[in-house]
Amino acid sequence: MNKRSALKAVVAAGVLALAGMAQADQTIKIANIVELSGPGTTAGTLFKNGVELAVKEINENGGILGKKLESYTVDTQSNPGIAKGLTQKAVDDGVSAIFGPVYSGSIMVSMAESKRGEIANFTGGEAAAITEQGNPYVFRTAFGQATSFPKLAKYINTKAKTLAVIYVNNDFGKGGRDTLAKLLDNGPTKIVADISTDAGQVDFSAAVLKAKQSNAEAIFAYTNEEESARLLRELKKQGWTKPVIGETTLTGQKVIELAGDAANGAVAHVGLTVDAPIPEMLKFKAKYYQAYGSISDHNGIKGYTSVYALKAAIEKAGKTDGKSIAKALHGLTISAKKYPGIILDVTFDDKGDIDRDSFLVEVKNGRQVVVATLPPLGKK
Amino acid sequence: MTDFFQLFFSGLATGSIYALAALGFTLLWQASGTINFAQGEFVMLPAFMMLGFMSAGCPLLLSFVASCVLSVVVLGWLFKRGVVDPLFKYGMMPIVVATIGLSIAMRNAVRAGYSAEPQPFPNLFPDQVYDLFGVTVSATDIGTFAFAIALVLVTQAFLNKTVTGRAMQAVAQNTESASVLGINVPRMIFYTFAINALLAAAAAILVTPTYLAKFDMGGSLGNKAFFAAIIGGFNNSRGALLGGLIVGVCENLAAAYISPAYKDAVALIIFMVVILFKPQGLLGKKVERKV
Repeated sequence: MNKRSALKAVVAAGVLALAGMAQADQTIKIANIVELSGPGTTAGTLFKNGVELAVKEINENGGILGKKLESYTVDTQSNPGIAKGLTQKAVDDGVSAIFGPVYSGSIMVSMAESKRGEIANFTGGEAAAITEQGNPYVFRTAFGQATSFPKLAKYINTKAKTLAVIYVNNDFGKGGRDTLAKLLDNGPTKIVADISTDAGQVDFSAAVLKAKQSNAEAIFAYTNEEESARLLRELKKQGWTKPVIGETTLTGQKVIELAGDAANGAVAHVGLTVDAPIPEMLKFKAKYYQAYGSISDHNGIKGYTSVYALKAAIEKAGKTDGKSIAKALHGLTISAKKYPGIILDVTFDDKGDIDRDSFLVEVKNGRQVVVATLPPLGKK
Repeated sequence: MTDFFQLFFSGLATGSIYALAALGFTLLWQASGTINFAQGEFVMLPAFMMLGFMSAGCPLLLSFVASCVLSVVVLGWLFKRGVVDPLFKYGMMPIVVATIGLSIAMRNAVRAGYSAEPQPFPNLFPDQVYDLFGVTVSATDIGTFAFAIALVLVTQAFLNKTVTGRAMQAVAQNTESASVLGINVPRMIFYTFAINALLAAAAAILVTPTYLAKFDMGGSLGNKAFFAAIIGGFNNSRGALLGGLIVGVCENLAAAYISPAYKDAVALIIFMVVILFKPQGLLGKKVERKV
């Protein structure tokens, strides 16, 4: 190669590199680190769908501060170790925000990496412990147990004097069980059976039998989606007719689809439901159905709204770096009037917990029906 | 005591499904000296075939029949021609490793091609519950148990009472003598693979309403069936039935009386005890080998 062509090559390379940098500056990179296999598949897939739907919408409407969102998705296999590795990689890739994992056990491990990289990390996890670690970069997309369980405990106190608790033996399940036990401690309801089950458990006959033996007036069921469906089927099979109360994961759309008739009558406190009587929610439900041909559950809403929370934070901060985004999110109240994609007015506190309206739903004829709307805790 | 029977009966239903899958293990072992570690996936695939036929508008039973035919072709003929035949001359280990690879490939193919999410699956039996002396027994449990046991017994009768079945056994015992006697050895081996595929399809229709159709549903089922086959005796078809029922019932009892957390360990513990004290399995025959 002579000198002249070498010079040409160097200039060409330089121009290409500059073009690349200019291109990179025009986008905001985000990573979607979710459960696409293993026990968390349902939750992770729907969360991912929600995020992708919002990203597409935002990009079609001009992006954020004139920049397009560029997202990529990776699978944690529902394994905390893999989630941690993937989060580390996202930090190294220089993303502005990380979405997921959805599982509490995974985010508890992986959020150390997003903290190290100073990047805002939205999670679908609900375990109380997630925001109790003082990590300023973790943000919930749904209620933590500390926010939702007081509402739930109040309802249980009015419904049953004795309660059997069936929970899944992971961070999510144990966190919920412990929080509920503490809240019920001084109330009229006593826990008479404490039944642990495994993640991915198939046969619930022994668990249901134990609950029946305890003669409890109601069951509190706190397992992930697939297990909830199997549990509801077993409860029906063994002829359980007393109330079955739970949280969001008991009455999700997928659970109803999997459990069929057995889901009827189950009551749950849900932070998010596509059946909420709110115009923005119904719009989301229709858009999601159009895009994926199925009805979203709370995980789809979590993913969808969290991207809009990112949009609000970036527009408040005026910058796209992780640190500024996290700072902007603390104490931020996002109104659905200004950001319709957030669906419900939401406030992030200084720990990354959120507060907003929530709903009490009952499954009737294979559909979630909202029985009552419960105001944010902070309003009382 | 009613609780005990409650657990016992629902354990029998689960155990009979383990027995079906375990029977597949013992059949293949006897006929071709191979262990198929993709047995769980062999149950998963017909479940998705049935889902496919049903979404095309076929009723459940018709889908089941169509899946049986398709299973015989894919899991019987194709598996034999594509995996077992080419590797047979290299001994057992390459086939074992190939079936492990096959199980991973099948799982991921279904995940990528269909969906990673669990799918609901209609129940073959009515949703009825009966109360027998305080024990709640569902029609599903009774139906599953009866169907699975009937299949195992029919398979046994076929092997012992028919000419073809006896020829298959002859091939299993001594391939060379069988061929000298004029038995079509490759055909008999194919029959074994075909029966295995049919049993897998039958296990699929029984197990999927509870397990839900999901790409990784075969994992634990395959493991349990393998342990059940060893507990009962790998070279005895009746052993598979006994092993399956023992694992199913003991699991349920342990979950209730010890802790649900130890449920999955039960099969392993029985497995270890059996191979320590009776390595040939409870009903297995000792096979002497010349060194």
